[in-house]
Amino acid sequence: MALPGSLRSTRATHDIMAEPESEIGGDGRGESAQDSPAVTTTRTVEVVVYLLLLALALVLGYDNWKSGMGWAKDGPQSGYLPFYLCVILAGASLFGLGVAGMKRGQAVKTFVTRDQFRRVIQVFVPTALFCLLMQWLGIYAASFLLVAGFMRVIGRIALWKSLVTSLLFTLVMFVTFEVAFDVIMPKGPIERLFGY
Amino acid sequence: MEALGLLMHGFAVLLTWKTLSLMMVGLLLGVFVGVLPGLGGPNGVAILLPLTFTMDPTAAIVMLSCIYWGALFGGAITSILFNIPGEAWSVATTFDGYPMAQQGKAAEALTAAFTSSFIGSLVAVMLITFLAPSIASFALRFGPPEFFSVYLLTFCSFVGLGREEKHKTIISMTLGLLLAAVGMDTVSGQLRMTFGFDALLRGVNFLVAVIGLFGISEILLTMEERLALRGHAAAISLRVVLKVWKEMPRYWVTLLRSSAIGCWLGITPGGAIAASFMGYNLAKRFAKDPSTFGTGRIEGVFAPETAAHASGTSALLPMLALGIPGSGTAAILLGGLMVWGLNPGPLLFVEHKDFVWGLIASMYLGNVVGLVIVLTTVPIFAAVLRVPFAAIAPMIVVSCAIGAFAIQNALFDVWLMLGFGVVGYVFKKIGIPLAPFTLALVLGNRSEDAFRLSMIGAGGDLRVFWSNGLVGSITTLALVLLFWPLIGRLFESARRRRRPIGT
Repeated sequence: MALPGSLRSTRATHDIMAEPESEIGGDGRGESAQDSPAVTTTRTVEVVVYLLLLALALVLGYDNWKSGMGWAKDGPQSGYLPFYLCVILAGASLFGLGVAGMKRGQAVKTFVTRDQFRRVIQVFVPTALFCLLMQWLGIYAASFLLVAGFMRVIGRIALWKSLVTSLLFTLVMFVTFEVAFDVIMPKGPIERLFGY
Repeated sequence: MEALGLLMHGFAVLLTWKTLSLMMVGLLLGVFVGVLPGLGGPNGVAILLPLTFTMDPTAAIVMLSCIYWGALFGGAITSILFNIPGEAWSVATTFDGYPMAQQGKAAEALTAAFTSSFIGSLVAVMLITFLAPSIASFALRFGPPEFFSVYLLTFCSFVGLGREEKHKTIISMTLGLLLAAVGMDTVSGQLRMTFGFDALLRGVNFLVAVIGLFGISEILLTMEERLALRGHAAAISLRVVLKVWKEMPRYWVTLLRSSAIGCWLGITPGGAIAASFMGYNLAKRFAKDPSTFGTGRIEGVFAPETAAHASGTSALLPMLALGIPGSGTAAILLGGLMVWGLNPGPLLFVEHKDFVWGLIASMYLGNVVGLVIVLTTVPIFAAVLRVPFAAIAPMIVVSCAIGAFAIQNALFDVWLMLGFGVVGYVFKKIGIPLAPFTLALVLGNRSEDAFRLSMIGAGGDLRVFWSNGLVGSITTLALVLLFWPLIGRLFESARRRRRPIGT
């Protein structure tokens, strides 16, 4: 029986890599999780999110008001339900702002510490770059770069291991989607070289 | 006993080599996504959906539902061996499962978990077999007003009965409903909330949102917590399996109770996670020595796993019979069905008999095959977790991107996925629940259509929702559930007034 692509590749990677204890993003500076300063508090983030939702509700509400939020003879116009959903959303956000306002002076809850935030950025930025590169390079070349780069730079896994794993993974993905299941993916100059 | 004959027919549809091998592939993939941190049932189904685009609908849905069963099984592996619940409903399994693994009884715990999951879903599948056709034939008489009232009931029960802060549930739900309305209005053909962007004409795809909300955001969260995966190794021998199975009948009350709780909560929207906790707590309350729970009792594994699987499976009952998913993953399966042009609901039982009974038969078969597979392959899947996360994380990101792109062949969707990833991360951290959002996004268009069709039918008269006994009672029940927290408080204060404090 043909094993599914991603399974086969991961089993292969397991054989290649023998350092199960390597930590993610540990940079050896000895900064422990406890004494890392907070970037921001949960309350601040809540307030920001509620404000953004409020703004969204206003923008969408305005658009729906334009497209007709009235009640025609045969029932609601197309903007009717979304308009009132915006009203509810705005109301709930205001309520949330009120609740967050009342929490002032209570114990401060950390949203994310600087240490945690750095690790989140470490995975978010490569992901965003990957999405960007995909536009020109196609999904397979971009995914090769993402996996190899991430393993090498952030995981500090030996260069050859990273390259081999990444190449295997990309090939398996390519065979699974492009060849076996006929799912069309964005492709770039490299695939064109091989005639795809 | 018409159901039995149809079920046999369903088995006949399934028993081809192609379908059976797809089933195995689906189960293995499912266990795999269930085991990996950052993936899980809903997300795994969404990502792997594109794989099925070139298959016929029956084969495709069999594979998707097998991914679902596999993910349900897989959650138990990480809970027991690594003390990391793969799914929210596996949390209760860690209470006694992990201590058992620490005492060197990992194999027993795993066998207990898999077997009880099997029993739980078997009970639920039997319920589906015998109940779904009658519910569906009853619902055939439903018109748009009845359907709208049932949708309303689903939404209201999420708000009224959910444990999260109410305004957060409401925000999550309205946001989902609003996003569902983006794009072309199906009734009037007018464009809504597109702001002149061509990419928004098709609206926000439900599956893209799910991949971002559950996949990308989970990767961000896992990175933040810096999971160090150090777990126990396990291989299950036949001797252990037989030993556990011999012990099992002693706990029949627990198994039965948990199955019943699971089935009930699974059909009620939003109950899947509560089921496992309730199963565990009730087993503890009724035990002779409740204090030994949490120290590695096999009963503490039986109870939550049975309930979790019973609820995970019975969540498919309202999805199939009424087109209303009982859980997040059921919602995604529903999204998958709609990709095939199959409209879940009562008509499905009439128009696509082969499909429905093939699916139900695959639930039986998938669970049996799944049980065998997980019992034999645990060491492999436990080894997967020892691969450094720095290698797993980018691979999951790539799989998410492939899944998001392939659904509509749109690069815009990859950006949308990234955006939803950030939204999901922030929402999870400030406690805005994601389940109502998912449900609203998938049901949004259908409920709006139902509402407006009933309005057109009734000439814009809202009293149509109380026009007969059935629709009236459903609508009233929905409103009662919506305001249940307030009503409950009124009752409470009335009771307190009658009985002064201190007596």
